[in-house]
Amino acid sequence: MAKYLLLKHYRGAPAPANDVPMDQWTPEEISAHVQYMNDFAARLEKTGEFVGSQALAPEGAWVRYDGEGRPPVTDGPFAETKDVIAGWMVIDVDSYERAVELAGELSAAPGAGGKPIHEWLELRPFLGASPTVTECAHH
Amino acid sequence: MNEVLLRSLTPSVLAVLVRRGADFSAAEDAVQDALVEALRVWPADPPRDAKGWLVTVAWRRFLDARRAEAARRRREDLVEEEPVPGPAPAVDDTLRLYFLCAHPSLTPSSAVALTLRAVGGLTTRQIAQAYLVPEATMAQRISRAKRTVSRVRLDRPGDVATVLRVLYLVFNEGYSGDLDLAAEAIRLTRQLAAVFDHPEVAGLLALMLLHHARRTARTAPDGSLIPLAEQDRARWDTALIAEGVAVLQTALARDRLGEYQAQAAIAALHADAPTAEETDWVQIVEWYDELTRLTDSPIVRLNRAVAVGEADGPRAGLAALAALDDTLPRHTAVAAYLHERDGDLATAARLYAEAARKASDLAERDHLTRQAARLNTYGKGNADTSLG
Repeated sequence: MAKYLLLKHYRGAPAPANDVPMDQWTPEEISAHVQYMNDFAARLEKTGEFVGSQALAPEGAWVRYDGEGRPPVTDGPFAETKDVIAGWMVIDVDSYERAVELAGELSAAPGAGGKPIHEWLELRPFLGASPTVTECAHH
Repeated sequence: MNEVLLRSLTPSVLAVLVRRGADFSAAEDAVQDALVEALRVWPADPPRDAKGWLVTVAWRRFLDARRAEAARRRREDLVEEEPVPGPAPAVDDTLRLYFLCAHPSLTPSSAVALTLRAVGGLTTRQIAQAYLVPEATMAQRISRAKRTVSRVRLDRPGDVATVLRVLYLVFNEGYSGDLDLAAEAIRLTRQLAAVFDHPEVAGLLALMLLHHARRTARTAPDGSLIPLAEQDRARWDTALIAEGVAVLQTALARDRLGEYQAQAAIAALHADAPTAEETDWVQIVEWYDELTRLTDSPIVRLNRAVAVGEADGPRAGLAALAALDDTLPRHTAVAAYLHERDGDLATAARLYAEAARKASDLAERDHLTRQAARLNTYGKGNADTSLG
């Protein structure tokens, strides 16, 4: 019973084996890819492991505080930003091994030529709430 | 009638339906419907016989569902199978339900969800909110769990340890959203102890009561952790402590020691100390030795090293720690603590920061970061003073 975030990157992840940009796939290949992602989420809902997922637009803005009484400053996109998140999925699973297994399956989504992309997905554990029973002196 | 009392009727109502021949999964759905209906209707129109009302409504729901199912099957040209009454239960119905919901064929998260619903009488929505997952996900988790256990023939109790592990998991989830899972775990363990006379069930109940007694003292208003040694002991719940100690003493007197009794004994020794300085660390180390013998768990050895550090000094604690695998969770945090006690503040600060990076929960990470910051801010001055 631990939650994990699966992060899909537009940019910033190591290059996948099947590294063809999506705009060079056939429309059928794109449909097959989207279908795979939807089926994956639906399957996780059935196993009781799905928490949420969302795709993100590639371009956003940077925003920061600019001092009392002033509107926030927006800027960007910055060309030097290497890491761009394409989307996320949150899962709730019994073990780290299960999280890795599911990330592996998601990474097998088909791309160009209908073959798995072997895309690198980033797997990040949520920080949990503290357990009630801790007899360590530092607690 | 309040909601908790209503929910306490769940197992016995479910048992009646199963005895009348309903299969577990359909009966459980029907009872859940009846509970939801009761919550809606009772405030304005409370029944004289709560359990009788629930049985009547749940049985009607079950028959309706079975008729609908039969009609569906006829449409599909399938032969309707009448549910066959199971063999007469050899163990108490409520107890049977605990074992079924904690069956080893279930994953821990499924067993927890099924126990909370079928034994605890919580709604799927309440369980989903407590575990921060969508209701649809929790509904699927529960219905899969029910499918899994519907194949189980349970005519005798299995290993009680599986049930206790599930209750312990619920307890450790603590307080999340509107639902107090720790209190719910205590209620379910109390109910189990009432139908199943076993020293480890009592041991777990005692452990929960003794920990629950310290709950309000364990966190500051801002949510940060307060270590045991720094807790305001006046805020410990003395009634819960007294009950926990009494339950534990009765269990220990039966001379069938188990890991929950040993853990409860350690909790009781902490509860018994009027101040942190008066803690009987020598006895605590002895209980950790028992616990090591019972479980051979590396986590227990780690906690034992802390106790040794208090009983025999930080050097002895560090020596005990040196024998352990340093990839254990919290190993670095324990090392930091013992080095601080030993006066090596620079090493302690570095290890606290490292432990914070490795922490798997938020409050603990913040606590460890604060420890590192405290030593980095004030520790150098103190170290100079102690050297001078």
